[in-house]
Amino acid sequence: MLLRVQDVTKKYPGTGVTRPVLDGVSLQLNAGETLALTGESGSGKSTLLHLAGALDSFDSGEILLDGKALSRLDDTGRAALRRGPVALVFQQFNLISSLTVAQNLSFHARLGERFDPDWIARLTERLGLSEFVARYPEQLSGGQQQRVAIGRALALRPRLLLADEPTGNLDEIASDRVLDLMLELVGAAGTALFLVTHSTEIAARLDRHLHLRAGRIA
Amino acid sequence: MKRAAFMALLSYWRRQPGQLVTLLLGLALATGLWSAVQAINDQARSSYALAAEQLGARSLATLTSATGAIPLKRYVTLRRAGWQVSPVLEGRVRLGNRWVTLMGVDFLSHPTASTMQEQQPELAPVDVLTPPGRLFAHPATVDALGPGKTPAPILRTDGLPIGIVLTDIATAERILGRAGQISRLLVLSDQPRDLPALSEIVPDLTLTAPQRETDISRLTDSFHMNLTAFGFLSFAVGLFIVHGTIGLAFEQRRGTIRTLRALGVPLAAISRLLLIELMGLALVSGALGLVMGYLVAASLLPDVSATLRGLYGAPVQGGLSLRPSWFVSGLGMAMVGALIAGGQGLGTLYRLPLLSAPGQQRWLGASLSQMPVMATAGAICIGLGGLGLWLFEGLLGGFALLAGLMLGAALLLPPMLAFVLGQIARRAKGVVGEWFWADLRSTLPGLSLALMALLLALATNIGVGTMVSSFRLTFTGWLDQRLAAELYVTAPKDDIAQDIEAWLIPRSDAVLPIRYGEGHILGQPVRVYGIADHPTYRNHWPLIDAQPDVWQRLGDGSGVLINEQLARRADLWPGARMTLTPELSAEVVGVYSDYGNPNGQAIVALPVLLAHFKGVANRQFGVRIPQARAADLADDLRQTFDLPASAVLDQSAIKARSLAVFEKTFVVTAALNVLTLGVASFAILTSLLTLWTLRLPQVAPIWALGMTRRKLAQLELLRSTALAALTAVLAVPLGLLLAWILLAVINVDAFGWRLPMYIFPWDWLLLTALASLAGAVAAALPAHRLRSTPPSDLLKVFSSES
Repeated sequence: MLLRVQDVTKKYPGTGVTRPVLDGVSLQLNAGETLALTGESGSGKSTLLHLAGALDSFDSGEILLDGKALSRLDDTGRAALRRGPVALVFQQFNLISSLTVAQNLSFHARLGERFDPDWIARLTERLGLSEFVARYPEQLSGGQQQRVAIGRALALRPRLLLADEPTGNLDEIASDRVLDLMLELVGAAGTALFLVTHSTEIAARLDRHLHLRAGRIA
Repeated sequence: MKRAAFMALLSYWRRQPGQLVTLLLGLALATGLWSAVQAINDQARSSYALAAEQLGARSLATLTSATGAIPLKRYVTLRRAGWQVSPVLEGRVRLGNRWVTLMGVDFLSHPTASTMQEQQPELAPVDVLTPPGRLFAHPATVDALGPGKTPAPILRTDGLPIGIVLTDIATAERILGRAGQISRLLVLSDQPRDLPALSEIVPDLTLTAPQRETDISRLTDSFHMNLTAFGFLSFAVGLFIVHGTIGLAFEQRRGTIRTLRALGVPLAAISRLLLIELMGLALVSGALGLVMGYLVAASLLPDVSATLRGLYGAPVQGGLSLRPSWFVSGLGMAMVGALIAGGQGLGTLYRLPLLSAPGQQRWLGASLSQMPVMATAGAICIGLGGLGLWLFEGLLGGFALLAGLMLGAALLLPPMLAFVLGQIARRAKGVVGEWFWADLRSTLPGLSLALMALLLALATNIGVGTMVSSFRLTFTGWLDQRLAAELYVTAPKDDIAQDIEAWLIPRSDAVLPIRYGEGHILGQPVRVYGIADHPTYRNHWPLIDAQPDVWQRLGDGSGVLINEQLARRADLWPGARMTLTPELSAEVVGVYSDYGNPNGQAIVALPVLLAHFKGVANRQFGVRIPQARAADLADDLRQTFDLPASAVLDQSAIKARSLAVFEKTFVVTAALNVLTLGVASFAILTSLLTLWTLRLPQVAPIWALGMTRRKLAQLELLRSTALAALTAVLAVPLGLLLAWILLAVINVDAFGWRLPMYIFPWDWLLLTALASLAGAVAAALPAHRLRSTPPSDLLKVFSSES
């Protein structure tokens, strides 16, 4: 079992909302498996993804990632997880604007000391980014930027890829292309994919599909 | 509609109190330092004007003699010919604890002196005119003289400048020991018709037209120009803070403005509301700045007064009295500053299309792609400064060069930093290093204004510091040369002086008389000293240029030494001939440095002086004696002749006093230096704080990719420290160039002497360390905020960025 979420509850203090964002959520994900999580705005799906990626802490329950209990990790331990078995792709791409495409692609792998130039070269080619490596993110289209973000995440060779609305900012054609590439590459690398999306069509293309409603798995 | 729109715009400040405080404080600091300098300048200038008006020097022509003193018979000749002239005898004399300028006038004919007398209703006019006479002085002068006895009763009057003691000319003759002498004749405004020409009846006297400005104001102009330049620099540095804050406020309100426009509020109305808001903020900051300016001026004015009195003998009152124009100009500067700082923001608003989305980067000013434009503009500014030096002579040219250089260098800084950081990033090792340097370069536009302010403050610090330290080093060495005698004695009267000299000769190695007469060369007052032929002068006198046989020529009367000021002003160098009096001309055989003296000076052999100048007092001596015996001899001398302690000074006391005057001279400059550096550091802090909202989208992804907040906070500290340190390194050559201009151009024009330039690398290291520390301190708060930002806030970057 790569990821196990057990009865997790999460509240945001100071928001005036008494109802938890996540209320006793449980799920699990095996290595190499792809899982889609859908839900309406505010249902807590991005929050769940962030908790799974050790980006935020939860109030109760437990999350086991690659055998490690996240509640027992401090800030340094959580950061180490994000440089190792887990990688993330965001809706806004969140590339580093001051670095070139080539530097962005290798950044996460080098940060996690898993830099493999051959693997990155293959990824770059497969993602169709070879001719853009010297450019800066602002010089790319949205689809191209998201391809760089996926390449940056996969360059780490993570065991789990967390993707939050990775095609939410793209048009339909670009969206299809990005998703095809992502599924192809995670399949080839044996990486598990936990993807948050609004789209039931996209969700249908993954191995499993869960729906979140008002902080609970429906 | 307007009220609702205005409230909507103002609501921004309620949500951003930090920015509001930054804006108000930045503008208040800028206005405060500017107003402080203006208050000091106003006070000093009004004191000069008061002095000039009260002493009748401003509006009347004067007659002077090339020999320094006008014989009484010339006065009689003029009066007999019908000329209405009023005699003035002026000299320095020690009364009580202080040296003062004693001015003897004819109370019956002097245009304004009689008002002093009229202000003392209980005083009979005859008391002023008959022995012992009366002295008039400002209460501050009277207090400074101390409780000791004065040669005549002294009366207090507010109508005189500090440092001047006025009396009847007969009383002045008696006190100064210069009977029958007149320093100058005031040519009164009402004259009978058909008078004989002055050139016919007194050909040996020189007529000087009414002065448009006093000598004092001419001499002190450079000092005040320095202060004004500093005030303006501080103002500009303060504006850097305000510019960033106002720009950010405009940019962040673009969403609100877009909504207001969409709801039907015209752009012109919005602009007017923003302008009203800006002026309101400027008024509040201006009032705060005036309070700060008053406090700074009040604390600095005593030192300024001491400087002006010590360096120029210029009378300045120590208390600060403010005029309404000061308040108006202070508030005006705050408003002009706010308009300059906000003008770009308002202009940008006007140009932006209605539906343009609010951005966060645009307000930052120049982007990296604009760096070549900035570099070109910087080079043009420096070129224009050089052109200014070539086109305008004197101080104006020097300051044009300084202004062009400083502005140009400030514009060149961001492109140079971008270049340097690009080179470092290219060579950086490791992924964190690569990101760090590239990120540093990308944040340059946002910090460029603050860094420009820091560059200006640091370069000024290095430049002025180098000048002052060079001055101090040269001045100390010069004092050692110039004050070669072990004791300096001043006798109260000539006859006592003769007794003292006779007493000293068998008890010392040498007694060197210090005697002088007053003359005029090229319309400027020149003091001519006569010195004895003695090795003390040959071995110690600080010559900066001389002929090989200088001392022999001086001794035989064929040569004259002149000070550097006179040499530069009159372009007289060794080999040139000069006329000291109509009967005395000699070849310049040497030029000596003479720091701290604004006037020309010449040295001839003592017999030559005595032959050509009448009534030369003989009251001062330098005494050569082994140092170990100096203190005992001084005590014996005081006891034998009942002299006050101040009449016999040893070398170290005079040096200490001279150095004290020197230190006072630069205490104001040093204070403004520190204040400007403080304002520049504050500019960095405010820039980092206002950049804070822009930094999160940059650092949050790095955190998400596995870097801890602690590490990111450390890198934030390092980022600011590195930028400050790099700026400091680039400020060193600029500061040295500034120092060179100050020493080689400004000083020569302002004071008449050129100083050698010394360099002080330890000072640069210290300043670089201080600048780095300022950068680190400025980044401490943002770094702490980053370290303690909850993950949920960092995650907002990924979910809510638009």
